[in-house]
Order: sequence, then C-alpha cells, then structure tokens
Amino acid sequence: MKMTLIKSGLTALMMTAFLAGCSSNPADDQQGSTDIEDTSLQTGQVDDSGINDGSVDGMGMSNVFYFDYDKALLKPESRAALLEHAEALRSSPRNIRLEGHGDERGTREYNIALGERRANAVKEFLVLQGVSAGLIEVISYGEERAAAYGSNEEAWSLNRRVELK
Amino acid sequence: MRYKIVALLMLMVFSSSSYSELVIRVTQGNDKPTKIAIAPISQGVAKTSEDISRIVEADLQRSGLFETIERRDMLAFPTRAKDVYYRDWRLLGAEYLVAGQMQMLPDGRYQVEFSLLNVTGQKTVFTHRVSGSLSQMRDLSHLISDKVYEEITGIRGAFSTRLAYITSVRKNGKYSYRLNVSDADGAREKLILESSQPIMSPAWSNSGQELAYVSFETGRPAIFRQNLVTAARQQLTNFTGINGAPSWSPDDRKLALVLSKDGNPEIYLLEIESKKFTRLTRHFAIDTEPTWMPDSKHLLFTSDRGGTPQIYKLNIASNATERITFAGNYNARPSLAPDGRTLAMVHRTTDTFHIASFDLQTGRMIELTETRLDESPTVAPNGAMLMYATKQGDRGVLAAVSLDAGVRYVLPASAGDVREPAWSPFLR
Repeated sequence: MKMTLIKSGLTALMMTAFLAGCSSNPADDQQGSTDIEDTSLQTGQVDDSGINDGSVDGMGMSNVFYFDYDKALLKPESRAALLEHAEALRSSPRNIRLEGHGDERGTREYNIALGERRANAVKEFLVLQGVSAGLIEVISYGEERAAAYGSNEEAWSLNRRVELK
Repeated sequence: MRYKIVALLMLMVFSSSSYSELVIRVTQGNDKPTKIAIAPISQGVAKTSEDISRIVEADLQRSGLFETIERRDMLAFPTRAKDVYYRDWRLLGAEYLVAGQMQMLPDGRYQVEFSLLNVTGQKTVFTHRVSGSLSQMRDLSHLISDKVYEEITGIRGAFSTRLAYITSVRKNGKYSYRLNVSDADGAREKLILESSQPIMSPAWSNSGQELAYVSFETGRPAIFRQNLVTAARQQLTNFTGINGAPSWSPDDRKLALVLSKDGNPEIYLLEIESKKFTRLTRHFAIDTEPTWMPDSKHLLFTSDRGGTPQIYKLNIASNATERITFAGNYNARPSLAPDGRTLAMVHRTTDTFHIASFDLQTGRMIELTETRLDESPTVAPNGAMLMYATKQGDRGVLAAVSLDAGVRYVLPASAGDVREPAWSPFLR
C-alpha cells in the first residue's frame, strides 16, 4: 500500500515540469531516484514611468471626501464641498479622476468594490449637479494605497475616502 | 483535541544571500508528533552553505506532525542503512531515522542517496536517490522531506511547492509594490515584478508555470498573465472600472474574473485563447472573488446581495446561484481545499476577521486563527495547511495554520508589508 503510494508519487513527479523537468526510475519497490533539472525564475518588466500619481489640485476646495465604515453615503460636509466643485466644473469643464479607497478591514478585492461604490457616489452627485459624466473617470484602489498607516480607528477613518484629482 | 505550545522554536535556515528575510516560528504544535532523527547527511563533496539535514528537519517540524532529535544528542552520524545501530536511536526515543550521503556524479551534478529507517521495527523502509546541481541543494532537501513525510503520514508532501505573494514598501512618500515567489518555507525569494503602482491578487495557473494578477501599471487596474520561466507577460483585460480577482479554470484555458464595466462588479469568464468574455452574474450588488470548484462547472464567489458579504455558488451553465454561508455577518474570499469539500474563507465575528474553514457537506464552520485582521487564505495542494496574511503590529506578515487548527507558524519578513499569499500547485 505504501509502496503504491510512493510509485504514484513518482508518477506524479514525472507529470509536471516547472523549474524542473524531472525523471524518475524506480529500480524496485524499495528504491527510486529523482533528478532535478536546472531552470530559474525570471523577473518581468513593467513600464510605469508614464504614470503620474497626481497631486490633489485643491483650488482652495476640499478634495478628499471621507466615509463611514462599510458605507458609501456622502457626508454633509462632503456634499457642501462637492457643490463648489460642481459649480467650478460647470463653468470651466476639465477631466477629473475620482479615486476610491477603503480601510484595511475585510478582503482586498471586496474593498476594491467598496472603493468603487464610494467613488461612484461622488460621481453621481456631481452628475446630478450638472457635471458631464464623460469628464469623470472612476478608479478604485481599495486598501492598496493607504493615506494613513496603523490598524486603528483613526487611520481607518482617514483611509475611507474618495480623492478628486 | 488538546494542544500545547511547543515553544518559540527558532529554526535558523542557512541560505543564500537572496534569502535573509524569513525565519520560521512554530508557535503551536500537535501534541503527539512522530519523533524522527535526521542524521547529518555527509555532503562534503559539494561546496555549499546549505545544510540538507537542517532543511529537512525544518520542513518536518513546520508540518507540526514531527519532532526532530537534536543533532547534539546523537551518538553517531550514520550515512548508510548498514551502519545504523538501532539501539542508539531507540535510546533517544526516535521512531524513525533518516541517513544519507552525497556523491558527485560524472557530469558534475550531485546525488544524495538516503534511507528512511523504522527504528522500532529495525528495518529500512526505503532508499531513494535525488540528484541536482549545486544551486539546487534546497530542492534536493525538500524532495527528501516530501518522501519522508509521505511515507510516514500517508499524505503527499508539499515541501517542494512555492508561494507567490505581494509586498509593499513606502519610502519618502513613494510606494513600491512587488510580486515575489519563494519556496514554501519562505526561502529563495525571487522578484517577479516590481511597480510603483499596486499589484494585487496573484493566482497560480494549475500548471504551476504562470501567474495571473492585477497590476495598476497603466494607471488603471488590468489583469495580466506572466510566465515564470520566460518572464513573458500578456495584458488580458483593459476595461473601464474594476478588472480584478482572476482565477484559473482547472484546465488553465479560462479565467474567472471581475469586471465593473456594466456599472458594478460582476463575475465574468474569459476564454484565454479566443479572448471571449461571458458575463455570469447580473446583480446590482457586489459580486467578486470567484474561485473554481474542481468539477469545472461551478464557481464560488463573494456577494453582498443578501445585505452582507457571503459565499455563493454559481452554476456556470445555468447561471443559477445558491447561497452557501449563513453564519456570521462577513464571509468572503473563498479558497477551496483540494478535497473539493473544505472551504477556507475570511470570517468575521463581532469586529475581528479570522480565517475559518467551512465543510460544504455538513455546513460546519470552524475558526482556525486567533489574530485580528486575517485575510487571503490559500490552501496547500496537499490540503494539510493553509497560508494567510495577518498583522504583526502594523506590518503585514504571512502565517500558516493546519486545517485542523493544531499547528501554526509565522513567516515574518524584515522589510515591508507582506500579503496576499498564493500557494502553488504541486510542481513536480
């Protein structure tokens, strides 16, 4: 029984070749051999040199809007600031980017979805105020780009945000 | 079951310069481990700083199922079965003994011939030879561990597998994100991709040759695949909104993934060769984190369509969905064990996020971890352990726990925030 197990293990050894093409020749039930061939992992290259993380262009207005835990509802102070933004964007239209973020609690892909929900809440508000939807791009970073470090309520509340850029 | 603290067992893993970050600590072990002695394998013919016997000892200890005999207590260092005096090992309480020696082959490679001996039964269980180059001493060691573990436990060893994971470092206000691959013990970390923009959600192809992941390198999230041996990369998606959570189908021909181009996150299927996308979910809620069931006909995914995030099962052909989890107000990121029945997930009770296992047949949920912000469970291909991300202080680290919660250890990294482990399939 155990020898069968070894044999099947050896058969499986032969089936995959990743770093290694392996071959195996059990001489008998008590003996076997496994050979590892040489290959190595390679590093890929990205071209992210054209990416500008963008500074928050305030024009005197608040550009960061905070949210409650697990919520995508705009707070009164955010609405007030967004009314100013909407007016500015109506009078002099420009392309803007709304970046949604979440705190570290919960899973990463789910937080990407929550960040998008928040950024969409801001977008919908601006569109209702007459800003052209075509000018607005929504990107969610979830919990991948924290504004504040630390596993505490203070850091978390600073990270649940949408940045208008 | 009762568990005891086996101590903060610091295993110094001797290694090449690329590996200096990870130290293994077994914090909790099985209370009836098998006692085994790994006699120092004579390896004088190879100029290497890797100590094969130490690597095998560390592997076996990390599984929680073995307790190794201290080298300094050994009365002799036999390298062949015929040189073994069983009573020396019985005195030490060893149930098993591994003895071996290395020789150089005519082609310049190295071969270790090793035997597993049953001390109680006074007999050789098997003798096996493994061979490789000077740079593969760790591979040889893990193969020895696999053979020994498999013979004694009846479970296939997963010491020769790898981990993919993400690290991030912030320096002078600038982020650096890295996708790395290391051995399953954290050694031999290799940089696979580095970017100033986030990298997320690494997923192994079932061939073990490729990773799919999310990269923001274009300024927006996109799904890429990358061959680990050739470094060839291909961008697979470029849609407005979320492009996330890739998961390879069992035959590696499709990816389940998430797109929000329709307004909110939905599960899609991508046929990689034909680049054909098929939408699988239609719901205004968040649908994300798909993972394949072994039958290739169903996906498990996270959705908050019921008000809180829960795990759902989706029939790919009919698009019918069925809610799977009901206990707790947050169940997400399903990761299925190879038995197709044990489902690991992130599970919240009150305000803490743990890793829990859920039996798809009985519906029983068991919390496996005790720390606070645990996420990204990934089950080893032999189903014995799972790796997850947690916090030590404010820093992300990787930790492992056995699926019966009896064994835990942490792989702390000295630099940066480590997260999103993905355990490779069997590689050889």
